[in-house]
Amino acid sequence: MQRAIYMDWNATAPVHPAARAAMLAALEDCGNPSSVHGFGRRARKRVEEARSALAALLGAKVENIVFTAGGTEANALMLANRGERRLIVSAIEHDSILKPALAAGATTIDVDRNGVVELDHLKALLAEGRPALVSVMLANNETGVIQPVAEAAEIAHAHGALLHVDAAQAVGRVPVALDALGADFLTVSGHKFGAPQGVGALIAAKAAPQIAPLLQGGGQERNRRAGTENVAAIAGFGAAVAALEPAEAGQISSLRDALEQRLTAADPSIIVFGGATRRLPNTLCFASGEKSAETLVMALDLAGIAISAGSACSSGKVKPSHVVTAMGFDRDVASRAIRVSLGRDNTAGDIEAFCSAWQRIHAPRQMTAAA
Amino acid sequence: MNTMNTQTTTPTNGNGENRPRLPIYLDYQATTPCDPRVVEAMLPYFTQHFGNPHSRNHAYGWEAEEAVEKARKQIADLIGADEKEIIFTSGATESNNLALKGVAHFQKDRKDHIITVATEHKCVLDSCRHLELEGFKVTYLPVQQNGLIDLEQLKAAITDRTAIVSVMAVNNEIGVIQPLAEIGEICRARKVYFHTDAAQAAGKIPLDVDAMKIDLMSISGHKIYGPKGIGALYVRRKPRVRLEALIHGGGQERGFRSGTLPTPLCVGLGEACAIAHREMGQEAERLKTLRDRMYKALKEKLPDIFLNGDLDKRIPGNLNVSFAYVEGEGLMMGIKELAVSSGSACTSASLEPSYVLRALGVEEELAHTSLRIGLGRFTTESEVDFAVEHIVQAVNRLREMSPLWEMAQEGIDIKSIQWAEH
Repeated sequence: MQRAIYMDWNATAPVHPAARAAMLAALEDCGNPSSVHGFGRRARKRVEEARSALAALLGAKVENIVFTAGGTEANALMLANRGERRLIVSAIEHDSILKPALAAGATTIDVDRNGVVELDHLKALLAEGRPALVSVMLANNETGVIQPVAEAAEIAHAHGALLHVDAAQAVGRVPVALDALGADFLTVSGHKFGAPQGVGALIAAKAAPQIAPLLQGGGQERNRRAGTENVAAIAGFGAAVAALEPAEAGQISSLRDALEQRLTAADPSIIVFGGATRRLPNTLCFASGEKSAETLVMALDLAGIAISAGSACSSGKVKPSHVVTAMGFDRDVASRAIRVSLGRDNTAGDIEAFCSAWQRIHAPRQMTAAA
Repeated sequence: MNTMNTQTTTPTNGNGENRPRLPIYLDYQATTPCDPRVVEAMLPYFTQHFGNPHSRNHAYGWEAEEAVEKARKQIADLIGADEKEIIFTSGATESNNLALKGVAHFQKDRKDHIITVATEHKCVLDSCRHLELEGFKVTYLPVQQNGLIDLEQLKAAITDRTAIVSVMAVNNEIGVIQPLAEIGEICRARKVYFHTDAAQAAGKIPLDVDAMKIDLMSISGHKIYGPKGIGALYVRRKPRVRLEALIHGGGQERGFRSGTLPTPLCVGLGEACAIAHREMGQEAERLKTLRDRMYKALKEKLPDIFLNGDLDKRIPGNLNVSFAYVEGEGLMMGIKELAVSSGSACTSASLEPSYVLRALGVEEELAHTSLRIGLGRFTTESEVDFAVEHIVQAVNRLREMSPLWEMAQEGIDIKSIQWAEH
């Protein structure tokens, strides 16, 4: 059977060949990084080389990087370190921030119609009350909309607050520099940019307070995250970071733009979420016609194209996207939102295939209308 | 393909003798090499079937999900559980943290007491200390000289406020096997959850969660020839064990543990469990022969050596031996060709003397000169023989230089000497 065309890179990305090679080398070797003998030291070296690669990418200090099992755990670790600070999070955060934050009594920052965080609202929320921890993602997983993080950092710091930035979707797609963002904490996920699933990191800026562990035990990660390091995945992470090619973004964004143009040209009623603002180069989130997202995604899957309705969620239940509703669209529009997210393997032919599949899916309706 | 000595034939040196490739890995309790068959099973899930197992809308997701669910079944089968009772985690450390904190937090209004053992893995002890800071009371049971707990002490420690008893199945340093079925019986009778850290036990000894009345069990990937960064927590459904999640978010793993599951790692753990399930009996026999061969040879060639922990109630792949009248760091330096662990403070990454050996009542000097020798799937007879020779040589050399050894040989009881202050 021919493989479907994969256009769901924001859900997960295939492992980069360089990452695969690095993982394989680590898997075929043996050693616990905490062991002092040669086997252990070799494993330790793999971990530390990856840490250096990530530090170089983000302009972070190696000692401020804590490897975790992924973005979700990195977010949980950050939230566990908020101390007495109250939580202020954007309304469009990933569930791994939003759910626990709301459960802990967080207030949410509104976003505008384009899906951009309202900085004035953030200011108002910060104006009174205890010192806060603010969490604003760098790029939204559903719309790809890039948030004004540097401005949010300035505002937060002016009010004595700390800023956490979930950059899970941004790393590898747009430049991410800790300094420029002004973030106190940064979350990175491996499997969104070619590193394997099962690894991520929480990075603290120099001014940030000491991180206390969420998982207690051995003294790994400078006592900030116990558990034998996931050597192979971390090695793959480092290799994927080293293999990043900033030039890819231009190529990917021209594919995305071409797709968007053809879809909107054929059907001007299509709503492109965040279309009027800065987005990740690879993401196109839109609603069209009257077909539900579920129907469209299934029809496209049958046509050999893998996309997603909103974010991949674990429940299997399709619920209207909290991101799109936060942007002020009603539940009906939200329930029709689908997400196309591209990556380095996609080609112009894939865009062509998407458009013809799209046409076939919508053709019966047009024919009925003509009859 | 493996850089370990995975081949059955051993390279020979120039003299034509059987000589294993050096250095020899004898640290199987620290980590195990990933079995090449496990790596093989994982490979397609990196670049071919790379989907997010939680993507419900396309075949990439379904393939990944199917692979994850197959792995879940393989894990369940190893311990006599139902696949619905298996939660994937990032490793045994997370499993242990989740089991203890999860149960404690869920029960905190009714029960605030935890029982564990002084020789548990650090992540169990540290989770308990953390819970103490939150107001829970923790009883740390001592162990007998053989490393096993006294069941009467356990019975006496359980109160109406006890939420959970956590006793490791197999100790990571001395390899002793705790009486799981008896502990399970006691806990069930008192309606207290029984958690066991089986990181060192799964795949090494038969485990059956029903027969042993185990309610929660932690499993590690990289201790059973699977990959690092993956583990599992068994959580009994009947009668249902309730626990609070540590990591919230997407609600994966029935809400117990959020985060995208790492499909290749899950597949690797599953395959590792399936292989262990099939081969455990034969492997245990082979390792026991090798281990006994090693211990017998060491005892024959070296006087004044002491086995730490019970010999019989012990996994086949572990030896923990103290060598009297040598100095710990010197010993480690003398056996550079062997990758082993030591109970000596200065030669372990933790820079702490072994609290496990101290809990057995092993004297400090002997704890410092202990070696943990871990044998495993790829250990060969020639490696064992080489290791014995290497250790014997090193110990003899160190003893020849030791005035204490000389005195001991002259029949002087060193402990009776009153050392002068100077």
